[in-house]
Amino acid sequence: MSTARLWRENPSRYNLAASKCGVCGKVFFPPRNVCSTCHRKSIGKMEQLLLSGEGEVYSYSIVHDAPSQFEMLKPYVLAMVRMNEGVMLTSQLIDAYPKEVVIGMKVRTTLRKVGEDGPAGVIYYGYKFTPMTDGPPSP
Amino acid sequence: MREVAIIGVGDTKFGELWDMGFRDIGIAAGLAAVQDANLAAEEIDALYVGNMSAGRFIEQEHVAALIADYSGLARDNIPATRIEAAGASGGLALRQGYLAVASGMHDLVVVGGAEKMTDVGDTMAAEIQSSSTDQQWEVTFGATFPALHAMIARRHMHEYGTTREQLASVAVLNHLHGSMNPKAQFQRAIDLKTVLNAPPVAEPLGMFDCAPSSDGAAAVVLCAMEKAHNHTDKPIRILASAQASDTLALHARSSITSFQATKVAAQRAFKQARLEPKDIQVAEVHDNFTISELLAIEDLGFFPKGEGGKAVVDGQVGIGGRVAVNTSGGLKARGDPIGATGVAQVVEIVSQLRGTAGKRQVAGAKYGLAQNVGGTGATVVVTILGAT
Repeated sequence: MSTARLWRENPSRYNLAASKCGVCGKVFFPPRNVCSTCHRKSIGKMEQLLLSGEGEVYSYSIVHDAPSQFEMLKPYVLAMVRMNEGVMLTSQLIDAYPKEVVIGMKVRTTLRKVGEDGPAGVIYYGYKFTPMTDGPPSP
Repeated sequence: MREVAIIGVGDTKFGELWDMGFRDIGIAAGLAAVQDANLAAEEIDALYVGNMSAGRFIEQEHVAALIADYSGLARDNIPATRIEAAGASGGLALRQGYLAVASGMHDLVVVGGAEKMTDVGDTMAAEIQSSSTDQQWEVTFGATFPALHAMIARRHMHEYGTTREQLASVAVLNHLHGSMNPKAQFQRAIDLKTVLNAPPVAEPLGMFDCAPSSDGAAAVVLCAMEKAHNHTDKPIRILASAQASDTLALHARSSITSFQATKVAAQRAFKQARLEPKDIQVAEVHDNFTISELLAIEDLGFFPKGEGGKAVVDGQVGIGGRVAVNTSGGLKARGDPIGATGVAQVVEIVSQLRGTAGKRQVAGAKYGLAQNVGGTGATVVVTILGAT
């Protein structure tokens, strides 16, 4: 992956930069220039927004057959998380035993190393999910 | 718009075809289809080729010109176009050919689909396949193609009570169908235990919930209906061709237990064909994972939402059931050479409607449907065929 690509994605991968439609209020991650509901009316009215980083597990999988990039991590939990702002993100869920993960579990994002460009390449960072200790998982 | 008929079909065996290269399989399928249609090469007006990723699998782009060249058609300078929509490349190539004939632009068109996947290793093949999803916002964070489908399965189980055994039953049935297809990659019937005890790939899915990597090609010849009888006594009618798209990333959807693009494409197709789901006797659906078949038979309207698993276990999608699904063995057992898959589905439906499907023939099949999916449902093509 090119360094330039990593660099330009940093606002969203580090700080959860999202966008919100100034017309209907729908939130998009990563940010978009046009709202998929309001179309033309939203042009020029998309506002920047930083996600709170909190949400709950919508679905998950325990990945055993991993790409070469994640070979050292397997088995790992991959999750789709519905953020409090309504938008959904996909990343790994860490700091939990796979068996403990359930749909509805409250999680928050945390900044972690996500990967590297081979043994001598750039290391890149981004969000992963970690269980929230304050508050029990909903059923 | 003119009526369009399929007047010839051809395909290769699917599997690990070590002794055949991309051009060999492409030409083998194409020539078989042209022979089946009793055509002379100079009658062909255009060529469409469905292919997902020759650039990464065999480091060769520009494959439509390549196929035209090696089939001898480049000497006649026919237009040759490659179509890409990940797993839906084949179905979409067929749709482009259909539109070209229906519009009156061309009279006779060859549509092929081909993929040569086993010249790279399994891990690389899986990585290439995952590029049909959102590379930047899913794959970078550890999503794999099976893992995304596993999350669909998990959610389907959560919302509808679908069981692990119901998912496994899809694989058992499709392997049974594959055992009756001499061109299938896997021709051995398996039992439920084999599926349940297989090594996990992305839980809850295991190895037998996933379609294999395959080499293979398939082709059909399309002709304006008004001229079809010059070539064959038994043209098969294309009653509908519909396509729909959805968000590239799974997480951008409001629900993942349904593919909205399947629903919309199916609605459009049934409307065009003036048919309903109950009129279809035979269907090829995109079972790249066992969960995908459940979504398909629900979203196409064959069974109510959430009841796909029960329908499979109750034998309603087997030969002799309410609708025979994936009689070819499906992607699961017939194999899944990505770009070829959508065309191969149509080849199977044509065989069924002609009554030449051998041991797996569905008695009296009159209407058939093919559902071809790209990525995690970001492109869906639905084609409805009818016997004449």
